[in-house]
Amino acid sequence: MKKLSLLSILMATLSLLFSQASVAACGEIVLGSAISLTGKYATNGVHAKNGYEYAVQKIKDAGGVKIGDKCYNFKVIYYDDESKGDRGATLAERLISQDNVQFMLGPYSSGMTKAIAPVTEKYQIPMVEAEGASRSLFNKGYRYLFAVLSTSELYLASAVSLAAEKAEESGKKASSVKVAIAVENDPFSLDIRAGVSEDAAKFGMEVIIDEKLPRDLSDMSAILTKVKLLKPDLLIVSGHSKGAATAVSQIEEQNIKVPMIALTHCEAADVTGNYGKAADDILCSTQWDETLAYKDPMFGSAAEYNVDFKKAFPEYADKTVPYQIAQASAAVYVYMDAFQRAGSIDKEKVRDAIAATDLMTFYGPIKFSEAGNNIAKPMVLRQIQNGEYRVVAPSKFASHKINWPRM
Amino acid sequence: MDQVLGNIDLLFQFPIVNLKIILDGIMIGALFALAAYGLALVWGVMNVKNLAQGDFVIAGGYVSWWLVQHGFPPLLGVPVAFVVMWGIGWVVYKLVITRVIERDLFTSLLATFGLAIMMAQIMNLMFGSDTQSVDLGYPTLHFFDGFIDLPIAKLIGVGMAMSLAGGVIIFMKSSRMGQAIRATAQDARAARVLGIDTEKVYAFTFSLNSAICGAAGAIIVMVWVIQPFYGISYSIRAFVIVTAAGLGNLPGVIAAGLGIGALEQYGSHIFGIGYQQAVAVMLLLLVLLYRLIQQRRNRQVLK
Repeated sequence: MKKLSLLSILMATLSLLFSQASVAACGEIVLGSAISLTGKYATNGVHAKNGYEYAVQKIKDAGGVKIGDKCYNFKVIYYDDESKGDRGATLAERLISQDNVQFMLGPYSSGMTKAIAPVTEKYQIPMVEAEGASRSLFNKGYRYLFAVLSTSELYLASAVSLAAEKAEESGKKASSVKVAIAVENDPFSLDIRAGVSEDAAKFGMEVIIDEKLPRDLSDMSAILTKVKLLKPDLLIVSGHSKGAATAVSQIEEQNIKVPMIALTHCEAADVTGNYGKAADDILCSTQWDETLAYKDPMFGSAAEYNVDFKKAFPEYADKTVPYQIAQASAAVYVYMDAFQRAGSIDKEKVRDAIAATDLMTFYGPIKFSEAGNNIAKPMVLRQIQNGEYRVVAPSKFASHKINWPRM
Repeated sequence: MDQVLGNIDLLFQFPIVNLKIILDGIMIGALFALAAYGLALVWGVMNVKNLAQGDFVIAGGYVSWWLVQHGFPPLLGVPVAFVVMWGIGWVVYKLVITRVIERDLFTSLLATFGLAIMMAQIMNLMFGSDTQSVDLGYPTLHFFDGFIDLPIAKLIGVGMAMSLAGGVIIFMKSSRMGQAIRATAQDARAARVLGIDTEKVYAFTFSLNSAICGAAGAIIVMVWVIQPFYGISYSIRAFVIVTAAGLGNLPGVIAAGLGIGALEQYGSHIFGIGYQQAVAVMLLLLVLLYRLIQQRRNRQVLK
């Protein structure tokens, strides 16, 4: 009995100490993320993690998340999903049921998001993701999934309208444009193909080459030979960084002349660094560019984000900050905004607040559709001009004119 | 289907394309043949089916890439990768392979499969998952209105692959070690009786295989691209080639390597590039089927 009372006194003292500490500092909101720190998505997984961490720190430095008269700081629990879908789903279960995480940040890649979304949906845990662009994520009726980035069918669709525009400028019909598509056989790239062929059909364009690249692509000369023979006006290639690297090197090697070539993942493949002049005048799609005129009170302008991020993570000092990082930070920012508007840490209230998001950020406008994808932000096309990425489309934000035709 | 017919039509409309496809195929086939030759060596001598073959190739590529990143000339990568991968092969032999040689087929497959996964992951952690290549900066030669393009880098690569293969053939034919390897392959016990240190031969063979793969990888990184997880596609091709050519048949391995290279290119032209690897696997099936029929004809009854 005596022992017990001693213990209770000790407990009381301890709890007093703790409560005093929490008056001084902010409370904690725990976010969870299963992310690829090893495996094939490791490079971009680490980018995403750095983006999350940067935003968490930035928000902390700015005084935390204000909910009512209290303040909170984010803390993110990360598990390594080894770039494997089943592992990601298991880890999401663990985050939710063992670590009691109530709010999730997304993993890297559409495939991983697809694996985790059913879990968060089952437990009714909101997940704001920044790295899964496949549109198939947003036709399943998920209620708790939100994505800050543009969906993948939009990635290169703008190249089609740009090609149409150019054809009309030079006195030809838009429907005279011949399109060649070579995409990898994975959900992301197939979305891109769907977006491009839909838009091409709208203009009445003919798709003369439509090929799927293998996963372990290292040689696409067979396709490029056909390109040489059939002479399309627009060549679309999407196969992650290996697709971009292979395309740029072999287009140069085989001396392919197509008026307009559009790729994804130019930065990840570092085509300007690796292939120099060979990459000139190629169009690259991107979610974000640091020259865009977007702005918010937390991170400042896109350009300021770029500079400040490099200060915080000096390992990025000699390259441009990949958009994967910017959108990861934007996801954390969406959470902050939603918590403050909800005025609560109840997950249902926060979910509704996220759904009602209408936010301008350094990354671009964010407003979610019913399905949870961001419908406010357009995709950006940049052209590599003398080794520099210049925004050329959509023309509203474009800082430079496109070089066309590419010869 | 229309597309397939259209693609075949293109071959007839522009006959020059055939030449291009064959040339491309031979160039990539030469490198497949190198990896396959190493596999045949290890398979024949030690009866170990090395599933990590392709990962040795990729590792060699990264050795060369690393050198270039640190300011060394790219062509130096090939001999250096040969030497470094020799060392890595020796370590792997002493750590893993020596324990599975005497075991059954399943153990060695499992061990080398594990090795393949580990190597890919280690490379991923060390070098990142992005694709890498080394640009030699040589121009490309164009013939026939630009339809045939021969990058000088590719020619150098194929030349190096050929001289490496030639060197290995001469070594196996005329050196004492080469003789010992061949003797061990024929009958390990008899070789041991005659005073050949088979353990040493095994270690040497495995290291040689690893070194050949490494050099092949160093050539591949100059001509194509590498990525930590690309090993498997080279492993598959090496297995197809060795199965087609048979063990201990070096000219056969080279011919099969070049042939598979060319057939794959035809396959990817006609059916689409997505089916390139499917063509390789189909070929494997056909070869196995053919072998089976051949054996059935020779089947004899044991009494």
